[in-house]
Amino acid sequence: MIDTIHAALIAPFAEFEFMRRALVGAVALAIAGAPIGVFLMLRRMSLTGDAMAHAILPGAAIGYLLSGLSLTAMTLGGLVAGLAVAIGAGAVARASVLKEDATLAAFYLLSLALGVTIVSMRGSNVDLLHVLFGTVLALDDQALVLIAGIATVTLVTLAVILRPLTAESVDPVFLASVSRAGAPVHLVFMGLVVLNLVGGFHALGTLLAVGLMMLPAASARLWVEDLTALLVVAAGIGAASAVAGLLLSYHHELPAGPAIILTAGIVYLASLVFGRRGLVAARLARPHLEA
Amino acid sequence: MTSPAAAIEFDDLTLGYDRHPAVHHLGGRIARGVPTAIVGPNGAGKSTLLKGIAGLLTPLSGAIRVGGRGRRGIAYLPQISEIDRGFPVSVFDFVAMGLWGRIGAFGGIGRAERGEIAAAIAAVGLAGFEARPIGTLSGGQMQRTQFARLILQNAETLLLDEPFNAVDQPTTADLLDLVDRWRDEGRTVVAVLHDLDLVRRRFPQTMLLARELVAAGPTAEVVGEANLAAAQRMIEAFDNHAHVCARPMA
Repeated sequence: MIDTIHAALIAPFAEFEFMRRALVGAVALAIAGAPIGVFLMLRRMSLTGDAMAHAILPGAAIGYLLSGLSLTAMTLGGLVAGLAVAIGAGAVARASVLKEDATLAAFYLLSLALGVTIVSMRGSNVDLLHVLFGTVLALDDQALVLIAGIATVTLVTLAVILRPLTAESVDPVFLASVSRAGAPVHLVFMGLVVLNLVGGFHALGTLLAVGLMMLPAASARLWVEDLTALLVVAAGIGAASAVAGLLLSYHHELPAGPAIILTAGIVYLASLVFGRRGLVAARLARPHLEA
Repeated sequence: MTSPAAAIEFDDLTLGYDRHPAVHHLGGRIARGVPTAIVGPNGAGKSTLLKGIAGLLTPLSGAIRVGGRGRRGIAYLPQISEIDRGFPVSVFDFVAMGLWGRIGAFGGIGRAERGEIAAAIAAVGLAGFEARPIGTLSGGQMQRTQFARLILQNAETLLLDEPFNAVDQPTTADLLDLVDRWRDEGRTVVAVLHDLDLVRRRFPQTMLLARELVAAGPTAEVVGEANLAAAQRMIEAFDNHAHVCARPMA
């Protein structure tokens, strides 16, 4: 019995270094990404995260074009492109009749097409798959340090800006009336979104990087109400999905990145049906309270 | 500098959006410590004026001078629709935001602050609601919660934008008692209101706006048939395709 459990849950990580590396990388991504996802969700920016993930692609692709699959070049390219779109979409939205969501949609469609074109110009289809879906099973030291560093910066920064970020989300007019923190806090938050997407990009690729942010956040919302609980539960769900997804991929020879996101997706669907605030609970005919 | 008797002074003030003035060449002052009502037809620029005083809108021309501690001494109650009630914060945490001027983004909330927050919540009749998410409150309870936050802001001047809209009679009465308390403490309350009976009963001073100042002074003199009719005419004369204003800039 214990042998079976060991073989199923522990042995894959104990025996193979690439599994241990993947474990560290994916769990770090999950723990930092999930709280970011919670705020994206609560600020009604879930799709903004998705759009931003695509916006990173051409920057990373230009880095790839200049120096191949170099971590530094692709990271820098991704950061620059992501921040440019985050700031640009906000600026265009303020200066034109288009709302921010329309601007973001336009920017990310352009980015995705441009990025895929640039990668295809030089690389093979394998490289393109690498960029689009990541290589969580091939994280080198440099990539792990980058991901762990991003996770650390994210959690510390979130702790520092938690109060103004919450105030800005609940009642932006109030915050503006007592402080000038609103706009900088929004920018710092968008910077964290981009950072985490760039980190996620190496492990999960541009298309799935946002998965470890949004799916745990949405799942947590179906179980708990309180903000602190949401942040903790989302990080927990994300980390558990990362572990379970890696094991699933190991035992059934599935691609690792998609397996992690699929696991998080299954948790989301289960929460949607069975969560304390999910579909079944809403239909259950429980007697109403007196007050 | 403002004169000692004035909480706020307007100097040929024009406020607006996209070059269209919503408040046009406004002069005058709001007296310190006297509850003052701002009345006028829809579109008269009442909310815009409050936003300008709160510093959320930069004047197109002219100036607003705030006495005492300046903008730091101002608390602003916006219209309720601008709050995200779906965001999961409790009544306690929401009210605690009122301490921002004192503790800012990083200061701690210790036992003394917790006591003050609880007292403010009790003062608006919501004791026992501390842990409730704001999304579960009724409209009246939400307004009480916002007044609790105002109490904690400890402001010299309180700007209230339609504070009794969609609020029932008992709640309005309770919140008006708070306005009286603030008056007795020497604070200046400026409220945008539509209920003229209420204005006559509880607000000694009134500014009647119709984009420009129609009249200002003791409520009994300002709120009369002739002035109200004049305000209505001025609003209806507004031209969407207006020329550039020819009056000299302040």
